[in-house]
Amino acid sequence: MTDMIEVAGVSKAFGGVQANRDVSLRVPPGKITGLIGPNGSGKTTLFNSIVGYHPIDEGSIRFEGREISRLRVPQIARLGLLRTFQQTRIYSKMDCVQNMLISVPHREAGWRTMFTPFQPELVDKAEQLLEFVGLYAKRRLISGDLSFGQQKLLEFAMALMNEPKVLLLDEPTAGINPTLINGLIDRLKRANEEFGITLFVIEHNMRVIMNLAENIYCLAHGELLAEGPPGEIQNDQRVIDAYLGAH
Amino acid sequence: MTAQQRQFLLYGLILLGGIAAPFVFPNYTFQIAVLWVMILFALTWDIMGGQMGYNSLGNIFFFGAGMYACAVIQIGLYYNVGEYTSAYGAVRVDFTPGQYYLGLVLGILASAVISAVFAVIFGWIVFGLRGPYFAIGTLGVAIAAGELVGAWDWLGGGSGISMPTYPGEPDARANLFYFLCFGSAVATFLFLRILYATRFKLAINAIRDDEAKAEAMGVHTLRYKIIAWSIAAFFLGISGAIYGNMSGFIEPLEVAFPTVTFGIFMVLMALLGGKGTLWGPVLGATLFHVIKEVTWTHLLGWQWVALGLLIIINVVYFQQGLLGWAQEKWPEAFGIRVDEDSSTANREQRSAAE
Amino acid sequence: MFDNLSLLGLAPVFNIQLLLDGLFIGAIFALAAYGLALVWGVMNVKNLAQGDFVIMGGYIAYSLAELGIHPIFGLPVAVVVMFAFGWAVYVLVIRRVIDRDLFTSLLATFGIAIVVQQTLNLIYGPEVKIAESGFAIRSALDNQLTVADIKLVSFAMAAALAIAVVIFMKRSRMGQAIRATAQDPRAAKIMGIDTDRVYAFTFSLNAAICGAAGVLIAMIWVIQPFYGITHSIRSFVIVTAAGFGNLPGVIIAGLGLGVAEQYSGFVMGAEFQQATVVGLLVAVLVWRQIQQSRIRQVVQ
Repeated sequence: MTDMIEVAGVSKAFGGVQANRDVSLRVPPGKITGLIGPNGSGKTTLFNSIVGYHPIDEGSIRFEGREISRLRVPQIARLGLLRTFQQTRIYSKMDCVQNMLISVPHREAGWRTMFTPFQPELVDKAEQLLEFVGLYAKRRLISGDLSFGQQKLLEFAMALMNEPKVLLLDEPTAGINPTLINGLIDRLKRANEEFGITLFVIEHNMRVIMNLAENIYCLAHGELLAEGPPGEIQNDQRVIDAYLGAH
Repeated sequence: MTAQQRQFLLYGLILLGGIAAPFVFPNYTFQIAVLWVMILFALTWDIMGGQMGYNSLGNIFFFGAGMYACAVIQIGLYYNVGEYTSAYGAVRVDFTPGQYYLGLVLGILASAVISAVFAVIFGWIVFGLRGPYFAIGTLGVAIAAGELVGAWDWLGGGSGISMPTYPGEPDARANLFYFLCFGSAVATFLFLRILYATRFKLAINAIRDDEAKAEAMGVHTLRYKIIAWSIAAFFLGISGAIYGNMSGFIEPLEVAFPTVTFGIFMVLMALLGGKGTLWGPVLGATLFHVIKEVTWTHLLGWQWVALGLLIIINVVYFQQGLLGWAQEKWPEAFGIRVDEDSSTANREQRSAAE
Repeated sequence: MFDNLSLLGLAPVFNIQLLLDGLFIGAIFALAAYGLALVWGVMNVKNLAQGDFVIMGGYIAYSLAELGIHPIFGLPVAVVVMFAFGWAVYVLVIRRVIDRDLFTSLLATFGIAIVVQQTLNLIYGPEVKIAESGFAIRSALDNQLTVADIKLVSFAMAAALAIAVVIFMKRSRMGQAIRATAQDPRAAKIMGIDTDRVYAFTFSLNAAICGAAGVLIAMIWVIQPFYGITHSIRSFVIVTAAGFGNLPGVIIAGLGLGVAEQYSGFVMGAEFQQATVVGLLVAVLVWRQIQQSRIRQVVQ
């Protein structure tokens, strides 16, 4: 079975700074894969490379076996490879339902669909997903007025609305009240199981990622350091050294 | 009375008022016609500026382009345009009624299409520009167009073109162009009202709020942007064609590409009423035009200074506009509220009970 | 349209004349553009009233000349008056738009531009004006090449002013505070810099620089109430081409724009001068866009 994402030998430099060097990894379908690493180890750069924010210097990135390293952001998104942002990004002057509705998949958006109203089924689906993340009661509020954690949940719901095949999550729990983290982990797992979305998650919170992921990659100084199931990674001396800065 | 009935009543009253106006106030037909043009200006500016967050300072370009396109077609159908314009109106060419009306209809239609095509072409060039670069770039295009037409002798250069004379009574002429202005404004409003109920509106709103996010979600941003601009250009082209014929004489700087008058009025009117809403531009344009017509002549030359001050005050102290202010004051009336029914399940139960 | 093109080849001396005139006027463009780069870089305000500040300075020199005072004394007067004017504009308008979106500041300064140009029009009328310096005109090469003394004086003054501003920015406390604020306003605030005062000073300094540039323009060229917008666009062309925080770039772009305008005015006729500036603006913007699209955007 082909992997959802297959990154092979990717290098990327900004000026003199080597952000990624010869990184190779694979995200198998239907699973939750984790990506960890200390600050500045090139995790977000790798995400940006995968979804097409900047051209890579070397290597190849394949999505369902198809080379995507030359495609641009919207094209990759329409293939079904979506990302959320570290700094939450929503459409802040629109209400929650509107945020959801415009997040429908744009894969087969023709000229006619541009000028048609949204079908009631889509509105229903938007409201169900808002309920899934616990925002149904606030669906008519302007999304910019929501709290940070709620905006993060909204962004997650918008991503689900888009029906991606793979969802790249950049620190989904950063800035979220610790009491809400368990609920979020639960929802991520349900999204994976119930909606069949493959997840690829950057996370700083070790407890979260160990709970969530089936397989974890660890980056340090732009290079791949280790790979394995949570139990193995947790006890890998190189990973511990990287986090403690023993280099 | 339900909300829908109230709405019908409102629309009916506006339509009735618009139709009756030139007969009730025959001395002010021209001024009221210009009011409809202003409403069209504010509405079309708001597609880009309010709904999409691309603040253009050069939309007036499409107005002037439509005006000149229409003139060239009206004349060019029957005469040599270069000869006609080089006579500077000294040679009075008589158009038969048939020729006149055919030229006018074809001219208006073609000017709409030509303006929209211009929007597509410029769209490819300027839509990579964001924020202030976009505003300055569009301003540059409008100023450059005025200068170039002014130096283009075939189009009459700076001395302009006398439009074909209307084959009939002055009163009939005034009414014809009044109803063309009125009709184009109403058509624009109704078109936008329908358009804003579709996916299109949410897409351009998304571009306004966070364009990079919209791209990351797979929205065809460039396509939406170019269509939005073409729609604005389409109606502005029609409006320019009508306005040029209504004033009877066109020239590049004051009539066709008046960047610092009409070009700025459209921004100001949309802001005054509340940008990003359907009724805001209508309200702003009406208010602005009425105040302007009443006070303009009493300001003894200071009216332009007053205009500048009005822009500053509007932008600095009252940017949300009338409707934006109302929405802040009474959010519930605009549907912004927390729902007591806290789940879809409740709602289903309720609808089952009903 | 291009009648004079062959003339340039036949009489090379015209080239020297155009080049010199272009450099003299370009130096003043660069001065005003430096002011814009300052306000843009430090406060992130795109001042569309830039050119109108320049024209205001010009009318100060003209008014002094009318009173029988030599316009060259207009330079210190314009600096002082425009500094005060800039401060007032900052307090009344700019302070309130500085944190808002960019279009707000653009439109607010556009409003200021309209107020300034219309007020000047009411006071001085729409005729083109010159502040006569009464200096001699030198000529060389059998009168084929002429250079007015005032152009040399103005070039020297523009250079001296630019150097003075650069030294001020490097050495003085306020200059350092301005540069610190430009880099990171939040950090500057935490370190005890009164950023509001820094902004006020920067905006006023820009107005003063514009005023000085205007005095020079009035002496070597012409002023008119509605010429401001073209000067604003010139500044935008220069800063966009050079990028702010790049002083050598601003100077080169300013001189280049001056020369380009002289040539286009000579070859195509004076009526195309404004069109040239606007055309260059559009060209610079498009060039920028192509460059940006090649890099693509990096989003965190």
